[in-house]
Amino acid sequence: MSALHTKTISELSSLLAAGEASSVELTADVIAAIDAGDARIGSYVEMNKKQALISATAADARRAAGENLPLLGIPIGAKDLLNVKGQGNRCASKLLDGYTSPYTATSVARLEEQGAVILGRMNMDEFAMGGSNENSAIQPCRNPWDTTRVPGGSSGGSAAAVAADLAVATLGSDTGGSIRQPAAFCGCVGLKPTYGMVSRFGLTAFASSLDQIGPLTKTVADTATVLQAISGHDPKDSTSLKVDVPDYSQALKTDVKGMRIGVPTDYFSEGLDADVETAVRAALATYESMGAELVDVSLPHSKYAIAAYYVIATAEASANLARFDGVRYGARVDGDNPVGLVKGTRAAGFGPEVKRRIILGTYVLSSGYYDAYYIKAQKVRGLIRKDFDEAFEKCDVIAGPCTPTPAFPIGEKSDDPLQMYLGDMYTVPANLAGICGMSLPCGFSSGGMPIGLQLMGPSFGESALLHAGHAFEQATEFHRARPATSTEAS
Amino acid sequence: MGFISALLMTDQNESMDVRYVANLARLNLTEAEADQFQGQLVQILDYVKQLDELDVEGVEPMAHAIRVENVYREDVVVPSMDHDDFIANAPASINNLVRVPNIIE
Amino acid sequence: MTDFVVTIGLETHVQLNTKTKIWCGCANGYGAEPNTQICPVCVGYPGTLPVLNREAIQKSIQAGLLLGCKINLRNKHDRKSYYYPDMPKNYQITQFDEPICIGGGLDIEVDGEKRFVELTRIHLEEDVGKSTHFDACSGVDYNRAGTPLMEIVTEPCMHTPDEVVAYLSSLKQILQYGGVSECNLEEGNIRCDLNVSLALPDAKELGCKVEIKNMNTFRGIHRALIAEIARQKKALETGCEVLVQETRRWDDDLGRTESMRSKEDAHDYRYFPDPDLMPIVLTEEEVDAIRATLPELPEARKARLQSELDLPEYDAEVLVADKAVADFFEATVAEGADAKQASNWIMTEVLRVVSEGDGEITSLKLTPTHLATLIKMIKDGAINRSGAKEIFAELLENGGEPSAIAKAKGLEAVQDTGEIEGFVDQAIAENPQSVESYKAGKENAMQHLVGQVMRFSRGKANPQIAIELLKSKLDA
Repeated sequence: MSALHTKTISELSSLLAAGEASSVELTADVIAAIDAGDARIGSYVEMNKKQALISATAADARRAAGENLPLLGIPIGAKDLLNVKGQGNRCASKLLDGYTSPYTATSVARLEEQGAVILGRMNMDEFAMGGSNENSAIQPCRNPWDTTRVPGGSSGGSAAAVAADLAVATLGSDTGGSIRQPAAFCGCVGLKPTYGMVSRFGLTAFASSLDQIGPLTKTVADTATVLQAISGHDPKDSTSLKVDVPDYSQALKTDVKGMRIGVPTDYFSEGLDADVETAVRAALATYESMGAELVDVSLPHSKYAIAAYYVIATAEASANLARFDGVRYGARVDGDNPVGLVKGTRAAGFGPEVKRRIILGTYVLSSGYYDAYYIKAQKVRGLIRKDFDEAFEKCDVIAGPCTPTPAFPIGEKSDDPLQMYLGDMYTVPANLAGICGMSLPCGFSSGGMPIGLQLMGPSFGESALLHAGHAFEQATEFHRARPATSTEAS
Repeated sequence: MGFISALLMTDQNESMDVRYVANLARLNLTEAEADQFQGQLVQILDYVKQLDELDVEGVEPMAHAIRVENVYREDVVVPSMDHDDFIANAPASINNLVRVPNIIE
Repeated sequence: MTDFVVTIGLETHVQLNTKTKIWCGCANGYGAEPNTQICPVCVGYPGTLPVLNREAIQKSIQAGLLLGCKINLRNKHDRKSYYYPDMPKNYQITQFDEPICIGGGLDIEVDGEKRFVELTRIHLEEDVGKSTHFDACSGVDYNRAGTPLMEIVTEPCMHTPDEVVAYLSSLKQILQYGGVSECNLEEGNIRCDLNVSLALPDAKELGCKVEIKNMNTFRGIHRALIAEIARQKKALETGCEVLVQETRRWDDDLGRTESMRSKEDAHDYRYFPDPDLMPIVLTEEEVDAIRATLPELPEARKARLQSELDLPEYDAEVLVADKAVADFFEATVAEGADAKQASNWIMTEVLRVVSEGDGEITSLKLTPTHLATLIKMIKDGAINRSGAKEIFAELLENGGEPSAIAKAKGLEAVQDTGEIEGFVDQAIAENPQSVESYKAGKENAMQHLVGQVMRFSRGKANPQIAIELLKSKLDA
């Protein structure tokens, strides 16, 4: 096995352009790495080897004909809740066994148009509900740095594969931190775009006003490349924004002199793991040494974000998941009457976390509780947004911890839903506010587990994130680290 | 009080009938599930109650993350999906219809 | 016997005649093979999203303006949750607290009395799939799912079944004229839920409200209301049953309403604003622009037919009552037929056949071109009235072409004066009494003689020519 699968998109793009490798070779190499190395990680729930090689061949033909797009011939994995025509779309649930998608999600279609090779479907928490990938009904997923620990969630497979060089890049989705948190836990880059920048058409919905699709990659430059390809207005998504997508490659600068970095003082308090705090503060010091200016910012309502999130997200989810009833598709459990059919199907098909959230969401929308919970939470959401608007008047990006702790052991939080939810405390505010956020590696815990620095930017501030992120990455070596058990040896 | 401590403070005084709500959501729960969820969800609802601490007088509910209006599609027919794909996905069918147990009105 | 005040309110669901469905580009229409007018959006596949059909909003505004409503410049859509096999998402996208139209109303006339029926609101929502019931199971066709639906809600202000039918006729007429719906009852374009309650005359509140769901014929509605009012009256007077607020269905075979067997009586719809859809914010200018495109309503059309075509008021009134009939009439005239002749034929022969059929003139095989040709043939004397009636019947049955049919059936009038003269001479010769009566001044006798000429000619002689010849021979 060559080392092609260990390279970045930027590197591979150059190699392919120079004719030093073909997409078929690259794809085959990644497949070989997966075959050799994914058994212990479980990041892929489905592979499309045959189709992938056909796509790779087509990409090579396009290149021979003179095309040279940045993603031409690059294999990419897609989270298991993105519809791809002709494939299953299980969302890591038993309930969607047997469903074959008749259409392709816009974000994936855009990658395909650019010549990317869709390699496989990535493991996740069932219906994107979870923070550890432990809720996958298909198979467990483990952190490549320590397989007794979780990779994070819900895009656990997407992050783990990238970190272990089993994927060059992947697409994930982020509703409360589901791209950023696993990126932090696994030591790769993960970005959640501004709400509305990337089409949600084809993304199996969890919480409609919070969900966004985004890339997980090995470097910030790679994130810019993938983000460029998938961003932009889609007429099939009413929540998709009609804005011009900037040239994100222009944001990849290393000079941050004069950049104002907001430090969220509310995020640094008891409960934050000491190693995480050390690494993040060191990152802030690095920025300062590079000429950036640190500015304290206050986000006083962020502490209510989890509460508001779990009302809003579960409410929307309770309606979004109502369609999964075994009538038109999926794993039907027969019943004597239609009600019995639906109840039996959902009881057998949904895992406990999904059921819990559906019940919670149904409750907060139900008669008598709507104003007290749902409306109240939507108002608090407005206050959280206002905090960010005011903060971004004083700074260009906010930099702080992504997660309160590094990746925790498998099973540690699975009996305590509320504890699991609290792990989202730093990521959820960006979803509620609709702004953009990115996690990138900034150090390791004393136990050798990756730590993520979270950058948050204002709406349409992806360029600021990429700029700040790229500069930090290039000034440090964290992005080069790989888990000890990588497949480079063979 | 620290940020994290504030998050962890809860007290159990919320009442929600998990079986009733599960029925609204068309979920069959086993006794064990119902008992477990009842406890867990009451704890979560207690945690959510802290939203009451905030004065939200005059604040507009933020139903969307973006301020966009009037999103339309033109009234032009596009091809429908393949009928065979639809029936193939249906767990049961009869005469090109999706088959379900008798719907009694 | 107690006198009760009957209060009836209607929620009428009208399918808009846009080309496509409300949230997706599937064709909107009746009669396609099951599950062929569908896509991932309208069958609730994972990952799909709704995008609003601009034309659906336009037509809703048009309808609202025609019905005198106030247009809510800011309106939005909400999710209404309930589980049913014909509901692809198990929630319906509808409008809860910010509907597109508020208020409004229309005039009705019952037994010569004019009344105004007030509307509460109109909102725009989506239709559900259609279930068919078999012995051991049911089957669902989703072609109808996602059809744009206007729900028109009246105030509880009607009191008799006749008022209700008059309201629906009036509503149908206006919406057809507005071009927003074909209002074809056969195709399910209009369905009603009836809310009926009885109370004592001096009661401060309305009585126990019973809903009868999914009515789709005027006759059925009339029958159902009579039966339900009788049932409630009996219950209140004798206590034979306890009235409860419930939903019932009308059983036309049994001639009574039946309680619907649903497990939950109180639906908790859990309305909340649909996060996949953005609010609609209209301007007064936009609404005014739509107002300017409103089509000619019945009153205006009636006046025009009277002035432009010299039609008597009675004729104009009958013809404009149904837009499709007025269209048929004007098309016939456009093909060259005399307006009064066309009106006579339609009012008598054509509408009789229509009322015996499904009530829609557009269902006939007879076309305006056919009728115009027929009228011209009579005028030219190519056929006479009885021949015309035979051709008319054939056109209704099988379509075809009037002159071809005339030829095939040997109905062409005898125009040859010489031939007719032969029959005239025969009539004069064989009817001396009538000849005497005519010469004595009795005009009726002429009719008898003409009748004889027709008999001899087996109905094919041109009556005008016969009369001329008879007169020329007898007046001399």
